Amino acid sequence: MAETLDLSQFVERNDSGAAHMTLAVDGVGCAGCIRKIESGLNKLPGVIDARLNFTQRRLAVDWRDNEIGAADIIQALEKIGYQAHPFAPERVEADDSRQAKWLLKCLAVAGFAAMNVMLLSISVWSGNVSDMTAVTRDLFHWLSALIALPAAAYAGQPFFQSAWRALRTRQLNMDVPITVGVTLALGLSLYETATHAVHAYFDSALMLLFFLLCGRYLDLAMRRKTKLFAGNLASFKAEFAHRLDSNGELTRLPVSALDPGDRILVQPGELIPADGAVLTGISAIDGSLMTGETTARPVMPGATVYAGSINGAGALTVKVAAAGAGTLVDEVERLLDKAIEAKSRTVRLADRAARLYAPVVHTAAALTCIGWLIAGAPLHFAIVTAIAVLIITCPCAIALAIPAVQVVAAGQLFRSGVILNSGDAIERIAETDTIVFDKTGTLTLPDPVADDCAIDPDLMQRAARLALSSHHPLAAALARRAAKRVPYPGAVEEAGRGVRAPIDGVEARLGSAAFCGLSDAQAARDGDASCIAFAYGGRSALIPIRQSLRPDAIEVVQALRMRGFDLVILSGDRREAVRPIAERLGVTRWLAALTPAEKIALIELLKSQGRRILMVGDGLNDAPALAAAHASLSPITAAHLTQAQADALFLGDRLAPALRAVVVARRARRLMRQNLALAVIYNAIAVPIAIGGLVTPLIAAVAMSGSSILVTLNALRARLAGPREDVTPAKPGDDTVVAAAATRGPSLLPAVQPAFAGHDNAELVP
Amino acid sequence: MNVLIYLVPLALLLGLTGLVGFMWALKSGQYDDLDGAALRILPDDDIAP
Repeated sequence: MAETLDLSQFVERNDSGAAHMTLAVDGVGCAGCIRKIESGLNKLPGVIDARLNFTQRRLAVDWRDNEIGAADIIQALEKIGYQAHPFAPERVEADDSRQAKWLLKCLAVAGFAAMNVMLLSISVWSGNVSDMTAVTRDLFHWLSALIALPAAAYAGQPFFQSAWRALRTRQLNMDVPITVGVTLALGLSLYETATHAVHAYFDSALMLLFFLLCGRYLDLAMRRKTKLFAGNLASFKAEFAHRLDSNGELTRLPVSALDPGDRILVQPGELIPADGAVLTGISAIDGSLMTGETTARPVMPGATVYAGSINGAGALTVKVAAAGAGTLVDEVERLLDKAIEAKSRTVRLADRAARLYAPVVHTAAALTCIGWLIAGAPLHFAIVTAIAVLIITCPCAIALAIPAVQVVAAGQLFRSGVILNSGDAIERIAETDTIVFDKTGTLTLPDPVADDCAIDPDLMQRAARLALSSHHPLAAALARRAAKRVPYPGAVEEAGRGVRAPIDGVEARLGSAAFCGLSDAQAARDGDASCIAFAYGGRSALIPIRQSLRPDAIEVVQALRMRGFDLVILSGDRREAVRPIAERLGVTRWLAALTPAEKIALIELLKSQGRRILMVGDGLNDAPALAAAHASLSPITAAHLTQAQADALFLGDRLAPALRAVVVARRARRLMRQNLALAVIYNAIAVPIAIGGLVTPLIAAVAMSGSSILVTLNALRARLAGPREDVTPAKPGDDTVVAAAATRGPSLLPAVQPAFAGHDNAELVP
Repeated sequence: MNVLIYLVPLALLLGLTGLVGFMWALKSGQYDDLDGAALRILPDDDIAP
């Protein structure tokens, strides 16, 4: 059937009337790709300009509408050998990129000013011990002021604005002491310059801004990289729907462009793009992504189907329903709102430090001033000394202590396949002591796998090759085993039954048991797997297709237990499907057949026992639980809504990144604490010197840069968390942790069981 | 010390030139695709044989 592709949603129009579209391109990897794509597109009639951004793997195309269409461009790319997906940039991304540019400008100005003022300062310092005249020194100080004041006014804006926002809501954050410190240092220096004093602190204030801006920029750059990556992935996965127009024509259009009341066609094996009611067709629906349930649910006209489930063997026509009350997605969203609201806002470590730090420092400065006045010192000396205390306590070390570690740890995680979604994910993951796993798609691989142990390999290969001709989801799992990826010629698919084809003159059949001449009783034998039957000549076989564990799941679970984590499995799937998985992993606490609301209730219950929970899940039904948990992790294959809730996402087929996230996060938190301790030690030495009135600009500059460098170097140690230590057992010293976890463990049982006593499937096997 | 009268402004001017150059590069999008720029230099089919 001919089908038109409607991409108008992604096409923008620029001033000259030309159309513009951004595409995320898959498979770009070398210099040759850039040339192939750009010259290939620029050759097309009507294309004005095509430019590939290699860093972002995105292609910007401008063209004249009347000569070529958006769909032709995507088709042309496909012909060259690249999959391109229209991409609608999110607002957040644009905001971030503006913010990054602004920070970079501030950084450039601060850097320029700091270098030049430092040149002048060093001249003054060396001049002070040799033969510089007072007039020359004043000239240099005035020159420094001329550079420093406008530069600080410009480059300090990120801090000033954030401090102002915090103060307006009667809060304290790290930017408040930074702003106070910088302003006072500049003000004091100006006063000293005007009174022809020997010392000025322009360089310290600018160096402080420069170091802090470096930290801010790196932090933002890391988060942008994550979002960029996630944005591209989202567009690769973006779903399209086939709309049946009133004149019977089919239009392929993005799901977000569907309206309630539209009729859509869902082919066998496709993802159902929207909630709705079935108009025509009979099929079975696999809702594992939504509910974790792995057996298919039969549907017929009149039945309700939910977005995100996979259509089985029959084509369906579905009338799109408004996202009204009662649908599963709606229920999940309602729970989500509640969970997010209820989640006590955890105070970040950096803000906690700021709240302690700011009052202490400001009190110390005030006491210094009063103390010197009581001791009989002149007013000028008392004020100058008090300001010196404020400057030397150096918000620098403290303000860098945590972001520096965060940047290094985030980079480390990125390289091992974990991308962070939220800024304080590392801190929160490090604080957890209990891990709750979802089963389907999290502990198991997202796609089912054919189990071929009991089947003749030759027969298996024929079955797998025949499966290439089928649209059924189970057949797709089988087709992945085909060594030769060429379908048999003459294959015919019979909707709802199976596929048949002549192989070497003999008919082969693949499909339901009845279709292949086997009895249903045989097919029902295997409890936790769905079976697909194959008959060829006189031979026949039942091939079980089952959810298989991620390849390293057992080792990872073992390693997590050795590290003292309590492990729980909460699944929406049937008991019979969860039990074997839990047994193989050695996880003794598990519950099956849970609704999203029950998952949240259990998370809340565990939280009320004082546990900090790391939730690992991928289904739509896990989204509220992810939001309710202290920290959360999702595989990249997770449902879109779920991904948005997770603090971090992990890539690939292995579960190891989950372990890695925990290891790196814990190490990072240790380093953050060390850094804070270093900053405190530094202050313990520097503050008495300042209170004594002995700080010269040279001491201030050395102390500030020295402490910043020390803290940054310590943060770099986060890179040392090598991959090898992950799966090795914890050190003997950690036995106490395991023992503590063991004694705390059983308390889960009495607490959970009464709450779910009426629940059929509730079982927490001790 | 008279040398300062032209040396100091000269030094500042040089620094400012660097800063303005950076701002210009940033504004004209030269930092938008760092990896791509490194690769674009490799193909040499723009040179007539």
